Formats: sequence, structure tokens, C-alpha cells
Amino acid sequence: MSEQQEQKKEFALNPTPMLDQLESGPWPSFIKGFKESVNRTEKTMIRGVLDQLNFSYETRMGYWKGGVVGVHGYGAGIISRYSMISDQFPEATEFHTMRIQPAPGLHYSSKALREVCDIWEKYGSGLLSMHGQTGNLQLQGIKAEHVQACFDELNQLGWDLGGAGATVRTGASCVGPARCEQACYDTLGVHGKVLSYYADLTHRPQLPYKSKFKFSGCPNDCTNSIQRADYSVIGTWKDDIQIDTQEMENFIEKKGIDYVVNNVISRCPTQAITLQGKQLVIDNRNCVRCMHCLNVMPKALSPGKERGITLLVGGKGHLKVGNMLGSVMVPFMKMETEEDMDAFIELIDKMIDYWSENGLDHERIGETIERVGVHQFLDAIGMEANIDMVAHPRDNPFFKADLTHSPEAA
Amino acid sequence: MAERTWKTIENGPHALDEFLHPISKKNYGQWKYHERPRPGVLKHVAWSGDVLYTVRAATHRQVTVDIVRRLCDLADKYSDGFLRWTIRNNVEFMTPNAANVDPLIQELEAAGHPVGGTGPSVSAIAHTQGWLHCDIPAIDASGVAKSIMDALFHDFAHEEMPNRVRLSTSCCEINCGGQADIAVVVQHTRPPRINHEILANVCEMPSTVARCPVAAIRPTTVNGKPSLMVVEEKCIYCGACFGACPAMEINHPEHSKLAVWVGGKNSNARSKPANMKLVAHGLPNNPPRWPEVTEVLKRILGAYKAGGRDWERLGEWIERIGWRRFFEETGLAFDKSMIDNYRHARVSLNQSAHIRF
Repeated sequence: MSEQQEQKKEFALNPTPMLDQLESGPWPSFIKGFKESVNRTEKTMIRGVLDQLNFSYETRMGYWKGGVVGVHGYGAGIISRYSMISDQFPEATEFHTMRIQPAPGLHYSSKALREVCDIWEKYGSGLLSMHGQTGNLQLQGIKAEHVQACFDELNQLGWDLGGAGATVRTGASCVGPARCEQACYDTLGVHGKVLSYYADLTHRPQLPYKSKFKFSGCPNDCTNSIQRADYSVIGTWKDDIQIDTQEMENFIEKKGIDYVVNNVISRCPTQAITLQGKQLVIDNRNCVRCMHCLNVMPKALSPGKERGITLLVGGKGHLKVGNMLGSVMVPFMKMETEEDMDAFIELIDKMIDYWSENGLDHERIGETIERVGVHQFLDAIGMEANIDMVAHPRDNPFFKADLTHSPEAA
Repeated sequence: MAERTWKTIENGPHALDEFLHPISKKNYGQWKYHERPRPGVLKHVAWSGDVLYTVRAATHRQVTVDIVRRLCDLADKYSDGFLRWTIRNNVEFMTPNAANVDPLIQELEAAGHPVGGTGPSVSAIAHTQGWLHCDIPAIDASGVAKSIMDALFHDFAHEEMPNRVRLSTSCCEINCGGQADIAVVVQHTRPPRINHEILANVCEMPSTVARCPVAAIRPTTVNGKPSLMVVEEKCIYCGACFGACPAMEINHPEHSKLAVWVGGKNSNARSKPANMKLVAHGLPNNPPRWPEVTEVLKRILGAYKAGGRDWERLGEWIERIGWRRFFEETGLAFDKSMIDNYRHARVSLNQSAHIRF
């Protein structure tokens, strides 16, 4: 072997027989991607991570442990990972992640994304997760000694860290008014404003546990907010669905009457649609804004003009009491002006304050409300009960009546 | 180390302004309707008459600077230098130029990014970190997702399902992957093994005790050292303690299994949002391809595709035909574990004489 060939062989990947089996098939292979990148950059950290990952596949166990890595002035945003078996895989000793808050709606310019790639290749592994389940741009694989310099360069280009642990977490918003005709408020603008306001609570853990915001432009809820977000902000409207009668006729003509009966009229959850001649007539007072008919006939039907949001509170994932869906706190509020957004933030502040004072360690606000009781929570934040908060009035007979609201008291 | 001169600007999310396509900016909030010309392509029309085509393609989620730079090249060539991601890890390119759509699709597919995931198709999987990066996973995430999507690839690229199908996978019972029409979630089947040697040094004991939802963890002394014990009859194998205390070793190569849940729905369309329900469990943790899991998913999707009516989400199809028939159609087996014995027990029992025979 010539000297040149020997030098060329200096960097080589180690055998990863388990991972290699994930290179075939039509779906994009992350293993193929990693190998391509490491063969170009010769970054030993990725080689070590592939070796440890292959060992995980062989032994069916994970081998990362957490620690404390951060940037100056912040208490969150870097997820530290140290190998538990660094004696076996010294190249994988440190593999920390930087959580970066993307722009609302996960929009990028190629220019900005290339800048991130260049900085990330300079300081880190060059691996990214796009995106984490909460909505972070995750830069995966950096040593603690490079974290500050990497963050400073990113921050100069307007990128900030996301949340982790007991903080307000990075928000999520649907594509919203940038592209979608169903968007009933400016999901992207409100996301930007609210998460900027909560930057301190995002960067410094001072809450009982995590707290998430998700902004969906309509009740299709494309950000999964009801299921995942403590504060689920869903666009809606109060007045009548807008109808383009010509497009309605075209739709019925094109799809046929059986399709209209089977897939529009009979699928309305409140039977609010009837067929009269060549037009569908909507009983708007009985419409629950489910979105089905608008989804089927986007040309003919549009949300009404008096638009705003519904706020649902308390959604969360499995641990520890099973999944909880958010429930209605505010059925409708306007979300158009700066004042509207300020009123929204003022209300959220009250909820976060109450939860900060009363939540137990590792308790999401939905669990706190369930534990202390909805009555206590409403009293604490100064909110009146409203009928939209419940699926039906109580069927359990035992309660402490609040007579201040009875007809006799009035 | 050189003295740090930069002062952090604490601004939260990155500013959006420079990241929006000019057509998006011009017609912001002024869209009229959309159509789907073919799977993977959306056509949005604004009140101004402007048109914006979106091409949606799958990514690996775990990507590299090389992959991202290639996507940026495509954005420069076909979508004026703008691109965005969906919450299910798809990349989207938007262009007003209809002539760009076909060549963009060809280049994406040549680069290994299948185009699809729109309308009544099977979506890309919302998934988590797994063995690659997480500190508490019992399985990998990207490998499971890759294996499942290799098998379901046809239904990502075609719109042949009754309605959209959202999938997720999760590597522990926190379920970071989230609710979905079909979700694959780790299911532990044994209490944690307690590493008494290290526990007192690595864990804050009161917060570990407090973390348990069923008060099964108690202080104790082992070999003269303070430690913790688990009342095994009470333990529900959730693994919450492991997040607080790495000495509560819940993961096990044999006893950490996989479970399949169906019928989760976040959209409000037609029926109210719903939590997903358990339909299969005890599947082996079998890397690198987890074939037993894919087999269950294929059965469920096959039955739904054959029996679901237009616009019915998977959970709505089951509501219509009933759970008994769901198990018959899929060949999966109902068992005692699928009766809730915990928080949602009362409301999930059949409190009626409504029975299908």
C-alpha cells in the first residue's frame, strides 16, 4: 500500500452491521445521511455516535445520561448528553444538543439556513433534527467547550435558544395566513409576540414543570394543540360561514347529489346543513365550527368574518395520569390588535402565576387544575364560569352550592 | 479563552419577515381556497388571483448539513430561496410558477425525498429521539420510523385512504411522539430494577418518591445505605421515576415491549378530538427493523382502507363499526389489559345494552 493510500485510509467508519440494515428501502435513510456526512467531514464524534447507536441496537438499551451544560445567563436550552460507556466509545463522550427557536410556522430562507449550517459545521457535528416534537430546530452533537461560541454566532444572526425542563417551551404555529384560507387569526404573528414576551420564562427554569403554547389557525388544529399544549390557541369565528353560491352549485353539479348527502350533510355533527334546491343551507346558530364542510368544499365555503380565537387550557401528554386534552377556558376572544394580544397575555400571566404558586413539582397546569378543582382555579384567576367550559352540567349530585349566582340571590 | 464580547439578545423565536415567500407576504391572510392537483402538491389561490404551488416531500428528520444544503439548493432553483417544514418532518417548497412543480418533484425524488403526505394519505411519522440522543428511551425512534415507512411507502405517495392517517412513535411512556391515528409506544412490563449502589449519590430521593403517580416508592435502607424501594403490587410500570432518578432502571431489553394505540385525533372536524386506545401490546423490541410492529400496522391500515368511508378518520371508522368488529376485521386480540383499570376506568366501560353480535 502506498503512503498516499495509507493516509487516505486514516479516517474510516467502524463496522455497524445493525445500522447498515436501515440503509435499504424507499424511505429516506438517516443512517445513509449520517455516513455521507461523516465521510466528508471526518468528524469523529459522529463515528463514535454511530458506534454507540449500533451497540444500542445490539443490546437493546440506551446509553446516554444527562448533565449540566449551558450558555451565559440562561438556565435552559442545551440538552447535555454524556455517554455512559465512553470507555468503549470515547469518540461519543459528549454529544450535547442546542435547541434553537425557529421562526413561527417553521419558515426559512435558504440564506439563513445555510448560515446555520456553516456555523453548525464549524462548532458541532453537523447533525440536525428538523424538528423536535415541540418545534425546536435541534443542533445535535457539540462539546461543552464550544457551546458558548456557537451560540454567540447564532445569536448575532437572530437565533435564540428554546426551552427545556421547567420552562415555557418553544412554541408552534401552523402555516396560517402565510398560505391557508382557513386561518382565522395571525398564528405566526401571535406566536412571535407571545413567545418573545415569555423569553425570560423560556430561558430560566422557574415553573413547576414545562408549559407549552401552540397556535392553530382553525379548529382543524394542525399543530395538535389540544393534545399537547397547556395553552391551545385555536382560530374560530362567531358569525355565519361565508358561502360562494356559484361555487356551491359547481360543487354539487360536479360531485353529484349522493356525494353531497353522504359526505357533507350527513357528516355534519350537529345536523346543521339541509339541502334546498341547488344550495346547501347552514343553520349557523347550531354550527359548532368543526370545519368538516369547509374542508370538503374549500371553494364554496369560508370561515365567517368576525374572527378570533378559542383558548383551551390543560392539554398534556401521557405521564403520569394518562393523556389530557385541553378544555375550553375562553370560548371567543378577538385577536387582531396589539390590545387584543395584550389582553390575551394578561390572562395567561394570571394562569401562570397561579400555577407557579400552587403547582407541585412536575405537575402540568391541567393536572393542577384537576387536583385543586376548576372552581378554585376560576376564582383564583378571576374568571366567570361559562357554559362552553363543559360538555354538560354536572351529573354528580354533591357540591358546595355557590348561592351568589342563584335566581333567589338576584 | 478569549474574553466574550457579544451580549446576548434575548428575542425568542427568530423574526419571520425575511423567511416568507414574496407571494405569501403579498397575500398574507388573503387566501381564497386550495386544491390538490396530485399527491404531494397543493395549489393555493388568493383573492388577488395569485397562485402558490406547494410541493411536499419527506425528509429523514435526523438530517445533516449536507442534506439541508441540498434542500437549500432546490429552494434556490425552484422556490425563490424559501422553504418550510411541517410538524411531521416534511419539507415544503412554495412557488407561483406551475412549470417548476414537475422538475422539482423529479429532483426531490432523485435525491431520495419521496413526494406525498397530502390529503387522504399516510403521513410521515411524528417521532422522537430514541437511542440516538435521548437519556431514557427503551427503543430507537428513527429506525422504527424508517422501517414502518418503508413498508407503508405506497400510501404516503398516494391518496387512497378514507381520510388522512397520522402516525407517531414514542420511545418511552412519556409519549413525546404524541396522539395519532396509529401510535407505537413503548410499554414496560416490569417494575424498575433499583440500582442501590448508586441511588443515594445520583438521585434526590424525596422528589423521586413524589414523582410516582401511585405512591409506590418508599424510602428504605439497603446494606446500611439510604435507598428507595418499590411496592411492586402498586407499580403501574410507567417509568416516571426513571426520569427523576437514573437508578430506577425501568428499561430492559426483554421486558420493555411495544404497544399499538389507535384512534387519536386532534382535529375538531366532525367528531370531537379523541385520545387513542390500546389495541395491541407485548410486541417484542426487535431491532433493527421491528417487523412485528409493522405487521400490526399493516393489518390495521388494510382493514381501515377496505372498510372506512370517505372522510372517516380511523377512530371514526371504529366508532361506526364498533370495537368488536374492529378486532374481528384486523385479527388482533382483545384482552383484559385493554380494560382501563386506572383513571379512565368508569367512563370507558359499556354502560348500556348496546352490543353488536
